[in-house]
Amino acid sequence: MSPTSTQPDLLYSQEEEALRAAVRDLLTDHCDAAGVIARVETDAPHDLALWKMLADGMGLAGLLVPEDRGGQGATHREAAVVLEELGRAVAPVPYLTSAVVATEALLACADAGELVEELASGRGIGVLAVGLHTAPGAAFPAVRLEDGTLHGELTGIADAAVADVLLVPADDGGLYAVEAGAATVVPQTSLDLTRPLARVVLDGAPGRRLGEAGPAVRRALRAGAGLLASEQLGVADWCLTETVRHLKDRKQFNRPVGGFQALKHRLAQLWLEVAGLRAAARAAADALATGVDTDVTVTVAQAHASPVAVRAAEEAVQLHGGIGMTWEHPVHLRLKRAKADSIAHGTAGAHREKLADLVDLRAP
Amino acid sequence: MTDAAELRRRTEEFLAAHPPATTDRLDFLRARFDAGLAWVHFPQGLGGLDAPRSLQAVVDAELEAAGAPDNDPRRIGIGLGMAAPTILQYGTEEQKRRFLRPLWTGEEVWCQLFSEPGAGSDLAALGTRAVRESGGDWVVNGQKVWTSSAHLARWAILIARTDPDVPKHRGITYFVCDMTDPGVEVRPLRQITGEAEFNEVFLTDVRIPDTHRLGEVGDGWRVAQTTLNNERVAIGGMRLPREGGMIGPVARTWRDRPELRTHDLHQRLLTLWVEAEVARLTGERLRQQLVAGQPGPEGAGMKLAFARLNQEISGLEVELRGEEGLLYDDWTMRRPELVDFTGRDAGYRYLRSKGNSIEGGTSEVLLNIVAERVLGLPAEPRTDKDVAWKDLAR
Repeated sequence: MSPTSTQPDLLYSQEEEALRAAVRDLLTDHCDAAGVIARVETDAPHDLALWKMLADGMGLAGLLVPEDRGGQGATHREAAVVLEELGRAVAPVPYLTSAVVATEALLACADAGELVEELASGRGIGVLAVGLHTAPGAAFPAVRLEDGTLHGELTGIADAAVADVLLVPADDGGLYAVEAGAATVVPQTSLDLTRPLARVVLDGAPGRRLGEAGPAVRRALRAGAGLLASEQLGVADWCLTETVRHLKDRKQFNRPVGGFQALKHRLAQLWLEVAGLRAAARAAADALATGVDTDVTVTVAQAHASPVAVRAAEEAVQLHGGIGMTWEHPVHLRLKRAKADSIAHGTAGAHREKLADLVDLRAP
Repeated sequence: MTDAAELRRRTEEFLAAHPPATTDRLDFLRARFDAGLAWVHFPQGLGGLDAPRSLQAVVDAELEAAGAPDNDPRRIGIGLGMAAPTILQYGTEEQKRRFLRPLWTGEEVWCQLFSEPGAGSDLAALGTRAVRESGGDWVVNGQKVWTSSAHLARWAILIARTDPDVPKHRGITYFVCDMTDPGVEVRPLRQITGEAEFNEVFLTDVRIPDTHRLGEVGDGWRVAQTTLNNERVAIGGMRLPREGGMIGPVARTWRDRPELRTHDLHQRLLTLWVEAEVARLTGERLRQQLVAGQPGPEGAGMKLAFARLNQEISGLEVELRGEEGLLYDDWTMRRPELVDFTGRDAGYRYLRSKGNSIEGGTSEVLLNIVAERVLGLPAEPRTDKDVAWKDLAR
């Protein structure tokens, strides 16, 4: 039975659960923690073989793209389920950046042409050249358009190192497609090892104008922010689950550590917050899919998700004790992802400030 | 099989035979009970039709549309929500016939004699004694506390210790207590808000016939689980629109009174607004799971979430009001029949919501329940399990 029309559908459908199971199986087989930890210290931290399986093999890069433009014609609800699983595994693949943010930007552009299908099919990886920290609706830098070519430098561009095409805002108000080969992409040493940032330098790079940058970036970042909450849910849920598992196993003072009430209460509290995050993230995905009440719902989800995911990861590190401080144990990858995600697409504070306008609770 | 169409037809027939406009309220309610339209999931002859519980909404909608009187369910919540399901499950045929009809019509109000000054979270440690006389009837002595509606009640559901020589959970028996017995004394229990929603009840040589026992002697703890499970269903199950809870009055004050705004209050208000909205969505998700037949464990958490939010939001509201926050609307000792969070000032909400993390299971106990039943963490060590009640520390 479907919920009433005024309420978002906050559940997972059977199809969405089947999609989750398929993605989780793939990640279990091809994205183990030791492999990720080893990979992120190499020159190629992204796992492009895994990306090919997700994008090409399973068709997941095209979920948000209509079928007549080469995609799957699914919605943000399905993409959110994929992001939950990718967040759980902290998989180093450009899903949020290419299949969500860049794809949404292209869908907003009149002259995106074949690029939409290229990204949807997984043949190409696209990245919006706007700093990962940028909140939806916030100002963003643009490069100079001079004599028909692009000049300038942009920093904090997530997954730019594996992009085939960069979507670059220019100072004429347009969004331009730039072949990655025409730009210089310099990796930045990043807090989040599994979603590395890069500096993009354009020195007379040719670009093809796709459309207006303003609306395209706004739409892209709103979808990114809303679905990021599902990734954060995946991270938080992994932290809670693994910490509970560890505390049932770990014995000190001749008892399982998880039997001490001080720890039980902390975990119960965390469970409560993660249950809230699940409802908020589902609401955001549903609102993006239906277009109903989208701005408020996405903003609420982001204002809630960042502190919960960070707390889940911080609790996981603390409650794992010494092992949680080691490079070998995978919990640090979640802490780094959770902390970086708390800045990505706007901090919780930035979203709360935006909410002040949206729901008419104005500052003094 | 009773389906929605059949129920609608029965309701229409009933309304035709008993037009609400010309039928006395009590006659109408009694007839509705006898027609099986009171609680359709109850058995035939006891106010129901053995129909699925979800179909009650069909009957209620028809009756409401016809302007029919209701049984004022908020006034008799303990009877409807707690006593009735317990009587239905454990009562004799005679008890069901005697008690359920006037309970449902509201002719007889019920209260609950469970908590004691020495038995709160550890309810099974209760010390009110019921001693059996040679004739088989019982004599009860003890003190109960936090009893709402005791001063209005005709009957009480009561648990008392009948065997102090066995471990605490095994020596309890469940009774129906006559609140008009001369040994029952009800005193209002004044709260920090100034009013008395609750009572203390002193039981001195109260006589209870053995025919008013519910379930077997010594089986009262198991019988009480039916009552308590229904209490947890009742608390925290309401559906809210955005800003429907305690955040509503604060948000309205914020909008209407720009002179009260500060930057610090603004940050805290926005944070709480987000948390209130997330709690509302979590409750909505829980309801959707129930409707879809996939009950989730979130229910255990909703009361925890709302208790903390109500306290923090009302605390912020008092502070926001500044000079007015120093005032209180009225300390007069009253005995309200219902809790009214919205009809009073911020100070009342602040004080009353302190009880939200205590009543119906303290937040500390609920965190243990979540940790053990949802997360599967080890249970608290038990030192009282195999100890006779009379030998427990107190």
